[in-house]
Amino acid sequence: MSAKILLPAVAAVLLTAGAAFAAGDMGAAAKQPINPTAIAMFVAFVGLTLAITYWAAKRTKSAADFYTAGGGISGFQNGLAIAGDYMSAATLLGLSSLVYLTGFDGMAYTVSFFVGWPIILFLMAERLRNLGRFTFADIASYRLDQSKVRTFAALGSLTVVICYLIVQMVGAGQLIKLLFGLDYAVAVVLVGVLMVIYVTFGGMIATTWVQIIKACLMLGGGLLLLFLTLAHFGFSLESVFAKATEAHKNGVKILGPGALLADPISTVSMSLGLVFGTSALPHIMMRFFTVPNAKEARKSVFVASGLIGAFFLVVCILGVAAISIVGSNPQYFEGGQVGGKLIGGNNMPIMHLAQAMGGDMLLGFMSAVAFATILAVVAGLALAGASSIAHDLYARVIRKGEATEAEEMRVSKIASLFLGVIGVVLGILFEKQNVAFLVGLTFGIAASANFPVLILSMYWKGLTTKGALFGGLTGLLSAVTFVVLSKTVWVAVIGYDKPIFPYEHPALFSMTLAFLVTIVVSKLDASAQAKREIAAYDDQYVRSQTGIGAAAASAH
Amino acid sequence: MTDSVYARVRANPKFQELTRKRGRLAILLSLIVLGGYYALMMAVAFAPDMLRQPLAEGSMISIGFPISAVVIVVSWLLTGVYSYFANGEFEDLNNQIIEESGR
Repeated sequence: MSAKILLPAVAAVLLTAGAAFAAGDMGAAAKQPINPTAIAMFVAFVGLTLAITYWAAKRTKSAADFYTAGGGISGFQNGLAIAGDYMSAATLLGLSSLVYLTGFDGMAYTVSFFVGWPIILFLMAERLRNLGRFTFADIASYRLDQSKVRTFAALGSLTVVICYLIVQMVGAGQLIKLLFGLDYAVAVVLVGVLMVIYVTFGGMIATTWVQIIKACLMLGGGLLLLFLTLAHFGFSLESVFAKATEAHKNGVKILGPGALLADPISTVSMSLGLVFGTSALPHIMMRFFTVPNAKEARKSVFVASGLIGAFFLVVCILGVAAISIVGSNPQYFEGGQVGGKLIGGNNMPIMHLAQAMGGDMLLGFMSAVAFATILAVVAGLALAGASSIAHDLYARVIRKGEATEAEEMRVSKIASLFLGVIGVVLGILFEKQNVAFLVGLTFGIAASANFPVLILSMYWKGLTTKGALFGGLTGLLSAVTFVVLSKTVWVAVIGYDKPIFPYEHPALFSMTLAFLVTIVVSKLDASAQAKREIAAYDDQYVRSQTGIGAAAASAH
Repeated sequence: MTDSVYARVRANPKFQELTRKRGRLAILLSLIVLGGYYALMMAVAFAPDMLRQPLAEGSMISIGFPISAVVIVVSWLLTGVYSYFANGEFEDLNNQIIEESGR
C-alpha cells in the first residue's frame, strides 16, 4: 500500500530534481541525455566554419576586405546571408512558440516581423549601397559634421549592438545548457571565443559564409521537419488545424485574434519598432555594403525576403502542428503534467516537435542548427560593433582620417576582442535577468535614435547637424526612458506593481518625438554650416540615385 | 568626383525621368505593402470576428491564417516587381546617365 503511494511520489521527486538540475547546470540531462548527433553536428559545423575562417583570413588583406568582403559578395550570396542574419534563434524558437501558445496572434506577429523587408528594399537599399562604404555612420555623416554626427551614429550603433549581443549571449547560454548539457558560463565563453576567432581572423568574408551555411542548414532543417510533420497529418493542413483546436486549452479561439494584439496602439508601436528598427540595425545595414552595386543590393533583398518569408510560413505551420503533437504529450511536460510547464521552458515547442517527428537524430540536428544560428548572429554583431569603433570612432573621429589602413585594421581586431570580452562578461552577469527589456531597447533605440537620422539624411534636404544631434539624442533618451517605465523594467526588473508607460514597445512615441525634434531644430538652424549642409544635399542626391562616385569606393 | 559631374547629371532630363519613375514605383509599392499590413492589423484590433470565419464550409482553418500568409507572399512578390523594373529598365537608364555624365 505504502509502496504504491511512494512510487509516484519518488518519481515526482526525481523528475522535479531533474528539472531543478536542468535549471542548475546540466541542461535537460534528465530528459535529454547528452545527444551524440547534436554534438557531432555541432563539431562538424564549428570545424567547417573554422576552416572557412582560415581560408578567409588569407584573403582579408585590406580594410575593405575586413569590413565588407571587398564588396565582392554576389546578390544571391548576400541574400542568403541576410536571411541568415534575420532568421535568428529568436525567430526559430520564439515565433514558433508564440504560435504554439496563442495560435493566430503568433501568426499576425510573424507578419509584423516580415513587412519591414519590402520597405527596406523600396526606400533604402539602393541609397544605402550608393552612399555608404563601411558603416551606417558613413551615410548619416555624409554631408553633416563628420566628427559630431559620426560619433553619435557610432555610439548609437554600439548601444544597439551591445544590447542585442547580451540578448544573444544569454539566449545562447540557456539554450546550449539545455540542449547540450554544458554549463551556462562554459557555453557563453565558447560562443564568445568562436565569435572573436571568426571576426578577427576572417572578417566579413568568414562572417558572410558562416551566415550562408547556417541559413542553408536552418532552411533545410525547417523543411525536413515540415515534411515529416505534414506526413504525420497525412499532408492535410485541415487536420493539422482540427487537431490543434482539439488539443489547445483555448479551443477554436486560437483561430482568431486573441489578447496579444488586442490594443491597436500597442500593436502599431510594436510594428513600427520592428519594421523601422530592423532597417536600422547596424549588422543588417552593414550587409548592403558587401555587394558591388545597387543592382546586387536589390537582388539580395529579393532573395532574402523570399527565404525569410518562406521560413516564417514554415515556422507558423510547425507552431500550429506542435499544439497537438507536443501539447498533448506528457513526455514533454515537467512531471508529465499535460498543460503544465514545458520542459526547457516556453521556447522549446519546436525542439520537442523535432524530437517527436524525427527522434533524437532530428532533435540533435535542430539543436546544432540553433547553436550555429547564435554563433552566426553574434559574429555579425561583433563585426558591426568593431567597424563602428575602428572605422568611425578611431580612424575618422580620433585620427581624422589620418590613420593608416594597417592601424585601422589592428584597432578593429582589438575592438572585436573587446566586444567578445564585454559580451561574455555581460552575458554571465545577466544570466538570471529577464532580458526581454533588452529586445525592446535594441529595436526601440534602432528605430528612434538611428532610423530618423538615417532616413532624413537620405531623403530630406533640410537636415542639419544640429537637427540630427538633437533629434537623435531625443530618440535615444525617450526610447530608454519609455522602456524603463514600461512593464519589462518597471515591473519585471525593479518590481513595482504597475508600469508608468503602458506599452512594451516605445517606437510609436519615441520615434515620432525624434522626427519632430530633428525637423524643428533643423528648421531653426540658420547657421552658415547649416546652409552648406543643405546645399550639399543636391550632390548627395545624385550619388544616392545613380551610384556615381560610389562605384569607385568598392573597386579598391 | 567634382561638383560639375553632379551638376551635369542633374541637368540631364534622363536623371529627372529616372528619379521620378523609380520614386513613384517605390512609393506605390510601399503603400500597397503597408496598406495591406495595417489593414490586417486593424482587422485584428477592430474586426476580429471577421478573421475567425472558416475558410470554407465546415473547414477548421479560419481565414485569418491564409490572409496573413497572403500578406507575406504578396509583399515578397512586390519586391520581385521592384527589382524587375529597378534592375532592368531603370538600371539601363541609370547606366546611360552615368555614361553621359562624361566620367
